[in-house]
Amino acid sequence: MEKLTIEQTVVTSKQKIGNTTLKEPWLIRLILTTISLLFLLIFLVLPLVTIFITAFKKGLDVYIASITEPDALSAIKLTLLVAVIAVPINTLFGIAAAWAITKFNFRGKNLLTTLIDLPFAVSPVIAGLVFILLFGAEGLFGDLLSNYNVQIIFSLPGIILASLFVTVPFVARELIPLMQTQGTQEEEASISLGAGALTTFLKVTLPNIKWGLLYGVILCNARVMGEFGAVSVVSGHIRGLTNTMPLHIEVLYNEYQFSAAFAVASLMSLLALFTIIIKNIIEWRTKQ
Amino acid sequence: MTTTFFHKKRLTVLPGFKLSIGFTLLYLSILILLPLSMLFWNTMQLSWHDFIKIISDSRVVASYKLTFGTSFLAAIINVFFGTIIAWVLVRYDFVGKKLMDGLVDLPFALPTAVAGIALTALYAPNGWIGNLFPFKIAFTPIGIIIALTFIGLPFVVRTVQPVLQNFSTESEEASASLGANRWKTFIKVIFPELIPAILTGFTLAFSRALGEYGSVVFIAGNMPMKTEITPLLIMTKLEQYDYPGATAIAIVLLISSFMILLIMNIIQWLANRKYSV
Amino acid sequence: MSITIQNIKKKFGNFQALDDISLNIETGELIALLGPSGSGKTSLLRIIAGLENLDEGAILFDGENITEINAKERNIGFVFQHYALFKHMTVFENVAYGLKVRPRKTRPSKKEIADKVHTLLSLVKLEHFADRYPSQLSGGQRQRVALARALAVEPKVLLLDEPFGALDAKVRKDLRRWLRKMHNEFHVTSIFVTHDQEEALDVADRIVVMNKGKIEQVGTPEDVYDHPNSPFVYDFLGNVNLFKGRLKNGQLVHGSYTGPIDETLAKHDTEAIGYVRPHDIQIERTANLEGMVPAKIIFIHAIGPIVQIELHRQDIDEYLEAEISKELFHSLKLQRGEQVYIRPKQLKVFIPDDFSI
Repeated sequence: MEKLTIEQTVVTSKQKIGNTTLKEPWLIRLILTTISLLFLLIFLVLPLVTIFITAFKKGLDVYIASITEPDALSAIKLTLLVAVIAVPINTLFGIAAAWAITKFNFRGKNLLTTLIDLPFAVSPVIAGLVFILLFGAEGLFGDLLSNYNVQIIFSLPGIILASLFVTVPFVARELIPLMQTQGTQEEEASISLGAGALTTFLKVTLPNIKWGLLYGVILCNARVMGEFGAVSVVSGHIRGLTNTMPLHIEVLYNEYQFSAAFAVASLMSLLALFTIIIKNIIEWRTKQ
Repeated sequence: MTTTFFHKKRLTVLPGFKLSIGFTLLYLSILILLPLSMLFWNTMQLSWHDFIKIISDSRVVASYKLTFGTSFLAAIINVFFGTIIAWVLVRYDFVGKKLMDGLVDLPFALPTAVAGIALTALYAPNGWIGNLFPFKIAFTPIGIIIALTFIGLPFVVRTVQPVLQNFSTESEEASASLGANRWKTFIKVIFPELIPAILTGFTLAFSRALGEYGSVVFIAGNMPMKTEITPLLIMTKLEQYDYPGATAIAIVLLISSFMILLIMNIIQWLANRKYSV
Repeated sequence: MSITIQNIKKKFGNFQALDDISLNIETGELIALLGPSGSGKTSLLRIIAGLENLDEGAILFDGENITEINAKERNIGFVFQHYALFKHMTVFENVAYGLKVRPRKTRPSKKEIADKVHTLLSLVKLEHFADRYPSQLSGGQRQRVALARALAVEPKVLLLDEPFGALDAKVRKDLRRWLRKMHNEFHVTSIFVTHDQEEALDVADRIVVMNKGKIEQVGTPEDVYDHPNSPFVYDFLGNVNLFKGRLKNGQLVHGSYTGPIDETLAKHDTEAIGYVRPHDIQIERTANLEGMVPAKIIFIHAIGPIVQIELHRQDIDEYLEAEISKELFHSLKLQRGEQVYIRPKQLKVFIPDDFSI
């Protein structure tokens, strides 16, 4: 047998707070930690566990059937389609907005930043409503659209518009603080060395912001796929046609098909967990 | 060649300003400003009398009260527990800390409808938590508060956490060396520095809760006058093709959210002006 | 209050920050802890303050063992490198803090606190700044507030961690003088940490030179400057020229230089280094004395009363720095590029423990 030598390394905790002067009594620490853990357990862990347990309550067959029936599949397809269209558009917008705001000085910059954040303050229901007021049958462009036989509300374009509206800030918000701290010197150096605009962006800017960009993109994606209120208003709930996954969950739930509802919900929870894991990996990478 | 050419107007050598600012403004105008302005446009089509009548209808007023009340309470709960959680995550070590820290983002990442049905299943009278209580939780305002607390939790934790992380231990040491005990140090030195972050977290959680729909509709029960939140009422009006009604209520909700953000920004600005140049 | 430090040891992980430190400080002394970063000087200060625990050893205040006593009960005043003022409190509130947080029984009345704060503020010349916030003050003003705040609790010991480290050169010099003045008035036992030898030499009654967790030398500024007891102290306090040679027949041999050494070293026959301060280098136009070495002047820096001269030794390929008075410089009429003769007026020889360092 091979002889193993285990090298013992002394694990050193952060020595910054070296004295009891800066520590609470152990009882206080125990109480605070317990409160936090209980709160997180009740509010975060239990709901997550419930989703998976309910989803598999009636067995694996029911689970698989629930997520492979035609309506479910079409909801999954629609959700993916919306994400594939909406996420790149808002990513492009986020990069353009962050570029303009962080690399140049102009008047009204703060106003513009506020404007980008505006959708955060708007209820998803209102985000859907405004598109009905624009493109609905009685809306501003209603007659025009029906003349040309174009349908936006209760169809894919409406769902995409509503999804775009609610996720406008996601990429820009991640990039702006990041690019602000990086300043403009590297880009200026690149331009002065004779590189073109696109080369400068691809070779200098992008490598500096890639993690922040990726983080913004996955958050944007999670929200697009999971958006409920805004999409609910504009979709029309047409089964197999304009139902995204969250809407499909609602329909199933209201029809008391709990196992099926939670089965689809479990897929979306996996997406959420995946998003969180990616986020932590990115944080870990950027710390290195 | 003269050098004055270079000194004039050329603030930056970087390319793409016109393109990026042009795209940004056009995009925001079409996607955000034009649609939102429709709310104001459509509201103006209503007479003042009709507008007031719609927004002061007793069912609507009951929904405001419920929405504001539950959102406020949920934000307060989040301030209390969120600050403790942020403190514990930054200052203490325990098994599973990293996992807990990561999970705090769950409400950001989990679709609201999924959160809604999960919380409802838990807190329904026959649910794991619901059956522990002699009174109903789901389908009452308490259920709404629970859903809104879930939604708002990360806002407080994630705004307070970095402030605590960057908090210089020197201030605490200074306080201790001047004879203050731990409690006095917390109340007089640490807590005042956390207030701006806590206020920001509160505002974000509160304004998010005001507009929240997906996580609430399942657990609320949606009884008019009792458990019907304002966003749901807008939805109901829409389903009845009552566009003027939906628009009028929406504008009240929208302006309230803006006002809250504005007031909080002013408070922050005043506070900032005082002790940081 | 006198402070006795007995055999203190402190480890941070695998790093020995303090290795068996013992030190006696008399009542009313102003002590400088001088050393490079990582020498353990700040750790020692924080341990005296009670902000850090020690692994072994003891600290005595006036003969009483206070090792186990909490920082807040030690009655010390601590001034932090980055001031650590409370941002959300005015200057007045900052200075009053230590009095206000006292338990009700020992807390002075509001009026007494206000009087005390105003006295202290006028002492630090900030009486008109009472209502300002720290962000509205300059660095030097902030440090004075920090000092007033520390003095408000009438500490028996004042501890200052690199008090002038974050300030610019001019303000540093002013505050240095001023600290000395304050100390002369209050006579509270004070210890300050610095990595700036000039600061330590200028202000302190005694200097404790630290290196790698150990005390190298303790003494008055004249002591440590003129009679360093180790190569490290030589190197750390002021500039020094090295004669890296060999001991032979009771002499140090380096290039064509041979010079006398201490009798204690006479029996050694090994590599050794001679340490010579620039002002101990004698320059002559002719080789009229024993042990003179030819050198070429390569640079002359003649600003101020002291003239610095860089020389290139002609016997071996090494450079030297000399300092002479302006008068001497003019009487010798030295020019760049000229060849002269030099010799160390005073040279201290150390045998290195390990030549690789």
